[in-house]
Amino acid sequence: MARHHVTATVNGDAVEFLCETHQTLLEVLRDELRLTGTKEGCGTGDCGACTVTLDGRMVCSCLVLGVEAEGKAIQTIEGMAVGRDLHPLQQKFLEHAALQCGICTPGILVAARSLLERNPDPTASEVRYWLAGNLCRCTGYHKIVEAVLDAARELRGN
Amino acid sequence: MSDMLYEAPGTLRAALALLSGANGKARVMAGGTDLLIQMRSGRIEPELLVDIKHIPDLRAIALKRGGFQFGSAVTCMELIEHEAFARAWPGVIDGVKLIGSIQVKGRATVGGNVCNASPAADSVPALIAAGALARIVGPDGKRDVPVEDIPTGPGKTSLASGEIVVSFILPKRLPRSGDAYLRFIPRTEMDIAVVGAGVNLTLDRRGFCTLARVSLGAVAERALLVSEAAAALVGTKVDDAALRQLAAAASAACRPIDDKRGTKEFRFKVAGVLARRAAEIALQRAGRKN
Amino acid sequence: MSTMIKYEEKDLKVVGTRPLRPDGVDKVTGRARFGADYSLPGQLIGKVLRSPHAHARIKSIDTSKAEALPGVKAVVTRDDFAEMPVEFALSGELTVNFHDVTRNMMAREKVYYDGHPVAAVAATSESIARKALGLIEVEYEVLPHVIDVLEAMKPDAPLLHEEQYTEGVTPRPDKPSNLAKRMVFSRGDVEAGFRQADVIIEREFNTKPVHQGYIEPQACLASYTEDGQADLWTASQGHFVIRSQCAKVLQMEVSKLRVMPTELGGGFGGKNNIYNEPLAIALSRKSHRPVKMVMTREEVFRATGPTSGANVRIKMGCTRDGRITAAHAELNFQAGAFPGSSVAMAAMCTFTRYDLEHARVVANDVTVNRPKVAAYRAPGAPIAVFGVESVIDEMAKKLGIDPIEFRLRNAAREGTQTYYGPKFGPIGYVQTLEQARAHPHYSAPLGPNQGRGVATGFWFNIGSETSSTINVNEDGTVTLMIGTVDVAGGSRAAMAMMVAEELGIDVDKVRPIIGDTSSMGFNFITAGSRGTFASGMACVAATRQAIDKLRQRVAQIREVPVEAVLWKDGHAVPAGGEAGQFAPMSLADVAKVAGRTGGTIAGHAEINAQGAGPGFGTHIVDVEVDKQTGLIKILRYTVVQDVGKAIHPAYVEGQLQGGAVQGIGWALNEEYVYGDDGVLQNPGFLDYRVPVASDVPFIDTVIVEVPNPNHPYGVRGCGEVPIIAPMAAIANAVENAIGIRLCEQPMSPPRVLKAIDDAAGAKA
Repeated sequence: MARHHVTATVNGDAVEFLCETHQTLLEVLRDELRLTGTKEGCGTGDCGACTVTLDGRMVCSCLVLGVEAEGKAIQTIEGMAVGRDLHPLQQKFLEHAALQCGICTPGILVAARSLLERNPDPTASEVRYWLAGNLCRCTGYHKIVEAVLDAARELRGN
Repeated sequence: MSDMLYEAPGTLRAALALLSGANGKARVMAGGTDLLIQMRSGRIEPELLVDIKHIPDLRAIALKRGGFQFGSAVTCMELIEHEAFARAWPGVIDGVKLIGSIQVKGRATVGGNVCNASPAADSVPALIAAGALARIVGPDGKRDVPVEDIPTGPGKTSLASGEIVVSFILPKRLPRSGDAYLRFIPRTEMDIAVVGAGVNLTLDRRGFCTLARVSLGAVAERALLVSEAAAALVGTKVDDAALRQLAAAASAACRPIDDKRGTKEFRFKVAGVLARRAAEIALQRAGRKN
Repeated sequence: MSTMIKYEEKDLKVVGTRPLRPDGVDKVTGRARFGADYSLPGQLIGKVLRSPHAHARIKSIDTSKAEALPGVKAVVTRDDFAEMPVEFALSGELTVNFHDVTRNMMAREKVYYDGHPVAAVAATSESIARKALGLIEVEYEVLPHVIDVLEAMKPDAPLLHEEQYTEGVTPRPDKPSNLAKRMVFSRGDVEAGFRQADVIIEREFNTKPVHQGYIEPQACLASYTEDGQADLWTASQGHFVIRSQCAKVLQMEVSKLRVMPTELGGGFGGKNNIYNEPLAIALSRKSHRPVKMVMTREEVFRATGPTSGANVRIKMGCTRDGRITAAHAELNFQAGAFPGSSVAMAAMCTFTRYDLEHARVVANDVTVNRPKVAAYRAPGAPIAVFGVESVIDEMAKKLGIDPIEFRLRNAAREGTQTYYGPKFGPIGYVQTLEQARAHPHYSAPLGPNQGRGVATGFWFNIGSETSSTINVNEDGTVTLMIGTVDVAGGSRAAMAMMVAEELGIDVDKVRPIIGDTSSMGFNFITAGSRGTFASGMACVAATRQAIDKLRQRVAQIREVPVEAVLWKDGHAVPAGGEAGQFAPMSLADVAKVAGRTGGTIAGHAEINAQGAGPGFGTHIVDVEVDKQTGLIKILRYTVVQDVGKAIHPAYVEGQLQGGAVQGIGWALNEEYVYGDDGVLQNPGFLDYRVPVASDVPFIDTVIVEVPNPNHPYGVRGCGEVPIIAPMAAIANAVENAIGIRLCEQPMSPPRVLKAIDDAAGAKA
């Protein structure tokens, strides 16, 4: 059985793992590295619950093979808070009640951070289209969009 | 499935050698966004994956002899973010922007979209309208083929065993040209096209259309180049009468099926509507450049 | 005996504020553990073999090759589960029959739907388990199938259950039928009512099954030990009910099974029932290893409960001045493979928003070759109300009466006698209508091809068995143990807020947790919008018991009679008058000395909460219709709802917004699509189209508070009402925009475009 030896960084920490070809990055994160903050909602790239960034670009980790992570920098929800401080997006999600069950929340936070890195001052419509790949069944998206806009304001410093 | 091998060659030559050594049991993998789903569902069980993302030429976007050329493993997001390309071919970008979520576009490639050969692939009608050629390299050498000749039916292409699409070549952009692609989906995002329509046109100084290409997606077993629809525009000022003819010709070219995404009747009708709307956008883009 | 605690108006310090949710930080940092996030050493992975046929007799199952595959540790089939007699039990809002439960979790004589479990395997890895499924040989005799409800009701339809004779009709039929049960709810003389009518409108509506669409697939982990005890971690809406059902079908003693609730990644009614849980326990029992089972999204769609698809006929009559004189409905609901749809509840919600002298609803529960339906947020009500609120709109239009005014003329109020049973106490329906009419949305201008629609919804809300415990810790903080699963709305926060209000302490001094099945008394499932109502009542009862103990303890310490001690603002203070003076003691003061003055202080309540307050809502929606493609765009949306009391207003808003958007998805694009072969064609989020963020606008909310007299803080349920009105409101808005009435759900572009073309054809 062909097992690949992969080295990468996850949230800045060096990791190495063994995986079979068919194992996805999502499976590796959850089952091998025990980082269960990244969720599986569909396994087909349609729900966004498994969103992580790979060398700075957001991807569905269910559509990336673990072996493809060789030499890459991966960021997951577990690396979002900085030390003791929640990221402003995390804090705003709490303040705006932008989460209910919370299963989509890690993916949405990773996606929202990726948006604000590229576009610090998005419109509500830009937030909605950027997050269109992240399904949320609880909130109706209203408070999520508000929280992202408010976090953007705070990150811009006004 | 657990015995599947993975290789990520750094050169095209190495990739071709891996493919030819695999007796057709290998699959080329670019973004993997279709491939992984097909493997997971058990629809395909390759013995070898050849990941072409590590071949530098296949990741490049360049202006060559006045026309753009981009590698088949360029991701959708890389293409979207390439400002000069997006200025030259906004219609191609329209199509590329519609391929899945931002997450999916961070991985998915135009090469994969074409070779996956879904009749509803969004980049394909846009590339056809643009007059793009695909450069194919295989054991027998290199050939350039119009994009419309690559998909032959759902999941089927004209590629021979061991061949790889390595890049797409777009013609030099003429002045007063514009292109656009529109698709119909029930939601605003995340769906597969129920109908897609691409229009690319060039105007003369007086505003008459001198060149046009019109394509349709999701209305037949593969994306169609509809010359009758293009003919409705050439020689006109792309006025209401011409647009009506275009719409009628587009509807007439459809040979759709009823499926879970839409009815035949709906596709006939909406193909015309979208072709017209895409032409209006292309016209505006052609005008804006001058 | 049932419990009610009466509403008292008082100054509130905590209730009505917006503290951060106690489960929040875990959920924004990835720490929160959902069903699939639990693992045990040595665990196996379980997978299920499912029927590829809509209807077939199982002739044989041969598992020998699968069992021989290295890495396979156990295989279970129908032979591993006992036959169950007919025995009914409540499971959320619907009733289950164990004879059917055991057949739904693992097919016995026949498979009844595409996706029906036939065998399950536990192996050392997922890939081995999948491979093993492919080695199981099942011989089927494929039978004709039926999915559409009206087709299934025909006398010559393929029959699912040979032993099923229609209940509720006399004389008893002499032939079995797919019509499992007929129920009639009636008041007055409907025919006489129609004779009084100036306008009568009769319409037929059809809806498709839709799925709850929670983002977390069903997931559980079971560990069965050699002494016959088992632990089960599962993401459900009610771990006590999961325990009862698993114990029953596995013939275990209830005390031997301990169920730990995990964080729940959405349920909406769909996680009230057992699916993989008994299979995981059985596989663990057989393999002597822990077994984890996580469904794929495809399995979720194929085999877990969607709601009913339905055929609904509505006939209503009214006078020229807009008084409804009679109302009749026939509801034909798909139950799925086994009887027990939500049609009875739908029947009770059909006309309940109106004060009607003459009303009748006939409700038919029909078995078809689809997964057994599960509850979905206000089960059944949206389907019936789609029809009724459409017909109401049409009557109002015909008479030239404003649609809100028309509803006000007929609105149910305090004292209105319902046609299905109770007489209403204080309710806020009229207030929601009046506030909707006064809302700026209702009078905002509209553009071309745009239209505005209104519709309303009613849901009963329920109480039921509830347990709660508070423990006062030695430093004066409080641990609150709740038996009602927080299905995500934030009920843990709401409970902690009510306890803090009672004790007069800061809410962050109260830490709420959900107790497992062995740590407290039986607690019913989170369904019927009962969480904050019933569990809130239990938490208040437990807290008041603890306060009584605190007062006794202070009386003992200060040597005063207990009547002299009052609990106020977090302190024991003199009651005043002749009670005498003593130095007040804070909660922390008492807690500190609790150990040596008689032991730790706790309060607990095991109640059967009664007196749930009915909820009403009025929705306004603006749409724009693309007449060339049939696309409906939602431009603006406002929800006005009576919630009794919003304990945590932000979480109440979240319920209203989330419910409305689920209703929008139901209205526009969600549907189960079956092929002629009876196989589900869209078991994934690509083609089962739930709304994405860019599909919907901001959802305005207006919270109306007419207190429920039977709850200490006036709480009514609020989670289910908001999904009821959207379908009808959108249909009414489309009619307002383009003059075409849509009676088929989903109002997807191909259907809308066809309706537009048909209308143009009819005019030409």
